[in-house]
Amino acid sequence: MTMDFIISAIVTVVGISTPILLAATGELVVEKSGVLNLGVEGMMLIGAITGFAVTFTTFNPWLGVIAAAAAGAAVSMVFGVLVLSLGSNQVATGLALAILGIGLSTLIGAGFTGMIVPQFSSIFPSVLSHDPFWRVIFGYSPMVYIALAIIFAVGWVLNYTRAGLVLRAVGENDLSAHSIGYSVIGIRYMAIAFGGAMAGIAGSYFSMVITPMWAERMTAGRGWIALALVVFAGWKAGRLVIGAYLFGALMTLELYAKASGFQFLPSQFWASMPYIMAIVVLAVISYRDRTGSEAPACLGKPFLPNS
Amino acid sequence: MRIKLEKRAEPSRFMLFATPVAAVVFTILIGAVLFDALGYDGLGTVKEIFFTPILASYKWQDVATKAAPLILIALGLSLGNQAKVWNIGAEGQYIAGALAGALVAYLTPGVASHWIIIPMVIAGVLGGAAWAAIPAFLKTKLNVNEVLTSLMLVYVALQLLSYLVTGPWKDPNGHNFPQTAPFTDAQLLPHSIAGTFIPPGLVIAFVLMLAFWLVVSRSVYGFQVRVVGAAPSAARYAGFSANGTVWSTLLISGGMAGLAGILEATSQLGQLNLGFPSNYGFTAIIVSFLGRLHPVGVFIAGIVLAITYVGGQVAQTTVHVPSASGGIFQALMLFLILAGDVLVRYRLVLK
Amino acid sequence: MTLMNRRNFIKTVSATIALPAMAAKSFGADTLKVGFAYLGPVGDFGWTWAHDKGRKFMVDQLGGKVVGDYVENVAEDASAVPVIRDLAQSGHNLIFTTSFGYMDQTIQVAKDFPKVMFEHCTGFKRADNVSTYNSRFHEGRAVLGTIAGMMTKTGTIGYLGSFKVPEVVMGVNAFTLSAQAVNPNVKVKLVMIDSWFDPAKEAAATETLANLGCDIITSHTDSPATLQVCEQKKLYGFGQGADMSKFAPNAHLTAIEDIWGPYYLSRANAMLDGSWKSTDTWWGFKEGSVVISPYNAAMPKEVAAAADKIQAGWKDGSYNVFTGPIADQSGAEKVAKGVVMADGDLAGIDWFVKGVEGA
Repeated sequence: MTMDFIISAIVTVVGISTPILLAATGELVVEKSGVLNLGVEGMMLIGAITGFAVTFTTFNPWLGVIAAAAAGAAVSMVFGVLVLSLGSNQVATGLALAILGIGLSTLIGAGFTGMIVPQFSSIFPSVLSHDPFWRVIFGYSPMVYIALAIIFAVGWVLNYTRAGLVLRAVGENDLSAHSIGYSVIGIRYMAIAFGGAMAGIAGSYFSMVITPMWAERMTAGRGWIALALVVFAGWKAGRLVIGAYLFGALMTLELYAKASGFQFLPSQFWASMPYIMAIVVLAVISYRDRTGSEAPACLGKPFLPNS
Repeated sequence: MRIKLEKRAEPSRFMLFATPVAAVVFTILIGAVLFDALGYDGLGTVKEIFFTPILASYKWQDVATKAAPLILIALGLSLGNQAKVWNIGAEGQYIAGALAGALVAYLTPGVASHWIIIPMVIAGVLGGAAWAAIPAFLKTKLNVNEVLTSLMLVYVALQLLSYLVTGPWKDPNGHNFPQTAPFTDAQLLPHSIAGTFIPPGLVIAFVLMLAFWLVVSRSVYGFQVRVVGAAPSAARYAGFSANGTVWSTLLISGGMAGLAGILEATSQLGQLNLGFPSNYGFTAIIVSFLGRLHPVGVFIAGIVLAITYVGGQVAQTTVHVPSASGGIFQALMLFLILAGDVLVRYRLVLK
Repeated sequence: MTLMNRRNFIKTVSATIALPAMAAKSFGADTLKVGFAYLGPVGDFGWTWAHDKGRKFMVDQLGGKVVGDYVENVAEDASAVPVIRDLAQSGHNLIFTTSFGYMDQTIQVAKDFPKVMFEHCTGFKRADNVSTYNSRFHEGRAVLGTIAGMMTKTGTIGYLGSFKVPEVVMGVNAFTLSAQAVNPNVKVKLVMIDSWFDPAKEAAATETLANLGCDIITSHTDSPATLQVCEQKKLYGFGQGADMSKFAPNAHLTAIEDIWGPYYLSRANAMLDGSWKSTDTWWGFKEGSVVISPYNAAMPKEVAAAADKIQAGWKDGSYNVFTGPIADQSGAEKVAKGVVMADGDLAGIDWFVKGVEGA
């Protein structure tokens, strides 16, 4: 195995992991605030079509990404109003958001099938981005670096800043956070909007970076894998990065195994691995800590200060 | 002028019944405006989606066929939801039930007696319950969130189905397409009961609706489920086991989903293939909420959702809206019913 | 957002309630209504998109004499039955069901509507009012294989498949055999991605094949993802189902185009003149069902000439890629020298020829 071979494989893994990482980072913040939004897949598709449509109209992929984030955040507000202001059930509302996003993106996208858009150019000089070795660091779409920058920022904010402390407090014990004067609802609104924006960006990664085109349901279920990833990471930002690349590496490894005629387990086994691993990790961390404190304590529960 | 929410002393009975009806009505109105704004025939769309399936008698069988699995699954889910046990993996349990039933069929190709249906159906129920037992076990032993585990298991079940129909269970006479051998005549239930448009699943759903109604309203168990959901500390005081409730509601809802799965396989599809999963397990969550978690409500809500499915297909050929329209109407309806919930607990006050 | 005033509101409600079931729109008595059941969305830019293009062609050619309606995203389960039945009930006299998974459902509905004619795509069950039809896409694969075999520098070609169904296996074998005919040492690396449509996985699989030394990569899935990756990596690829050169102007050598229009037109005409009969149709180059897109300018003249020759051979019947001797992956002879594989054997094929690696 040559260096070039390994580098190419790494490039593939990073490419396929990035959108899952983006969406999962958003969902991590949402869940840390104590809210479970199952609508990731729908928000991603809204982001995918919005990013594509705006890039198609303006010829500027950066505007496309910004629009995708805005659209993701906007559609997540439907969820936010329902679960926060009207106290509706989060599980059901999240599912409705997923269904809505799939349907709405299809309707909006009807006129965009078969169109093409300009792509991002590399932000590094071609000497670095096309260098056989250095491309492992510099050879990606700008979105990859943005994703990493965001996850590191999120990790830092969550663990080392006052804002992160407040966010976690809201997710761990909403009533005490409320009683010492924090706006639980306001903070959760912001978290949900952030989650929507990240899902939107993740969706645009499909329609603008991996395959610059629009096709219905082109995210092919990655939103659900992002949900599994948050669980797999035990609600920790650092493990989220490792988990995303691990999921991507598993899939890539399977492709290599197949292409090499080496297959000792059915491919369906590999495809179900992210979900099985998430369940196993969840069981293990809960076993180690019977209180289940890895998961935000208020996850999925409505905030009812008066009851 | 500001609108303010004021908590009601008691949940409004009127709103409890009025909001689901209002949700359907507003879905129709908003849908008409939305589709008009998108350049389609808005009125025609809602007419085809909500009214044609009711007005055209030849569509009744399709509605009944779609409604049966939705009602069966939603009956089970509603019980769990009352106890605030959130099983959102019914889709996986539906598949697991069908696989377990098909396993019996697969092992007994030579049995010519129609009685083979009974072990198949029992296996279906057990298969669905077994799949739901995993989240139940993890919840009660390790305090693992059942929402996440039951959802993850849907995707595991999908892969298991894919493995079996492309691998060990592939029909040797099926020209190598990913599907199992067709069930034998003995292993099949009729599409509908002779002389009627009603599929066997709907009859079973009706009987079970009555049974669930009785249990929920008259039995101690029904009381226990409600108390555990509404006031966990009171439930502990009364000696009701929270873990027991988690186990029983998950096993029952899993079993119901499994029952729906095997009935669908044996009375409608007649074999298993990659196209078998149809999102009934997810749509049933909408049914459960639209039906206000009440067995009778669920029965009616199942028919309403089935109407939107059937109508969504009609609308494609007649008013040329994309197939995604049906999903948009379903999502709208669920949003509105959930938003309407607030009116049950609060009243709107103008200030 | 349109505001709804009171008058509009009342109008909407009363119209909604008062509308009778007027599903049966009035058309001239001689208007033929043709219905289509589609597997995917018409916007998939793949299988369903190609069928819908065929539907539009039929409608355009016949002007006002025919109406073409469709239902998309029809699941391959029991719910296909009401869709097909609904098309029959709403006055469609000719119904095309365009995926293998509708086979038994089509037969079942056809029993109840003896006066309605059905056409099932890619299946093998027929009845007095049910025909089957398919296209010989493998004929096109032999052209692509010839081009790839001549143009590969590494001697390793990538092939990205969806599922191990006969349609795909046939294509892989036709591609490999034709490539070996012009380049005996050529190897074909095959990856099945277990999906017809998953652009992200298709892209990853293409990168994988490229990394394993493939310099030309073809695909049998429904998106242009493979081509787009080839374009980025400065490799060559082929379009699938349609001319996809727009997505990859440099990488796109040519494409197999699925052209269903002529068949749909001929069957609609058969309905109009009363000559419709149940048949099994398997059209290819000769009938215009399989078409090769314009070649990339980068393709050398002798390669283009060889590709043209294969096409001409299919058209006049002088060429068939499935002519023995053919050995399977283990080297065992499956087709004896000089023997041409029968259509029936092809339709259920589940083994790969020697030279196919992977999967």
